[in-house]
Amino acid sequence: MRLTQEQLHAALVERHGADIQQKLDRAAVGIAGLGGLGSNIAVFLARLGVGRLVLVDFDTVEVSNLNRQHYTMRDLGRPKADALRDQLIEINPYLDYETYTTRVTPENAPQLFADCDVVCEAFDRADQKAMLIETLLAHLPDTPIVSGSGMAGCGSANAIRTERRFTRLYLCGDGTSDIADGVGLMAPRVAVCAAHEATMVLRLLLGYTEP
Amino acid sequence: MKVNGENCAVTPEMTVQSLLEQRGHDPKRVAVEKNGQIVPRAKFAEETLHEDDVIEVVQFVGGG
Repeated sequence: MRLTQEQLHAALVERHGADIQQKLDRAAVGIAGLGGLGSNIAVFLARLGVGRLVLVDFDTVEVSNLNRQHYTMRDLGRPKADALRDQLIEINPYLDYETYTTRVTPENAPQLFADCDVVCEAFDRADQKAMLIETLLAHLPDTPIVSGSGMAGCGSANAIRTERRFTRLYLCGDGTSDIADGVGLMAPRVAVCAAHEATMVLRLLLGYTEP
Repeated sequence: MKVNGENCAVTPEMTVQSLLEQRGHDPKRVAVEKNGQIVPRAKFAEETLHEDDVIEVVQFVGGG
């Protein structure tokens, strides 16, 4: 069964309310990194019906990703951006998915995410997170950034929270658990952090600026 | 000077770089705002700090 655009939109309006859905229809959100955080954030935002998603990752799907990232065995070896777009189309084929298989750098980041209302940082490495936050806060003067920092290990899900830092940075995570300390990443806790990021994106799109 | 909301003594010639070293931060894993403006990493060593500055340091940890 394939729903028409009108049928699917009506179902979203019924669940979310017309005013909220209108804001989401018109929104554009960027996601930098499509791993455990980014792939789950993208699925949440597609389910919300966010009108345009800009999805960027240089990498391909590997066996080591399947413990927490929103991919399946059939995706192995494919660029993450392509594999994710195919899944999102199954959820809602009527949204605008703009995908790039490229490494996000200080040079290309401002242009990749220039038209986004909110950008999610969803990288793996701490130095890459710091680089992207610095670049986007310096070059996109009005765009709020939602970032993930600290979701490794099997500590309490309740330790993961959303904090506002600087003026436009929203930091989701426990702030301390670090893969550099040899702590592994596991699906539920990574998904909790991804849900924090997606919830903050939703709130920002609806005009709420506090976590 | 305020650093992350707490009072902090400023020493002569203090820079963002030396503040981060003093607090045990790896400069590659932080973002820094000075008086509401982001300080580019390339400027950490030359950005001097003064008594009335308000500094925010956000440290990132790995995983995603």
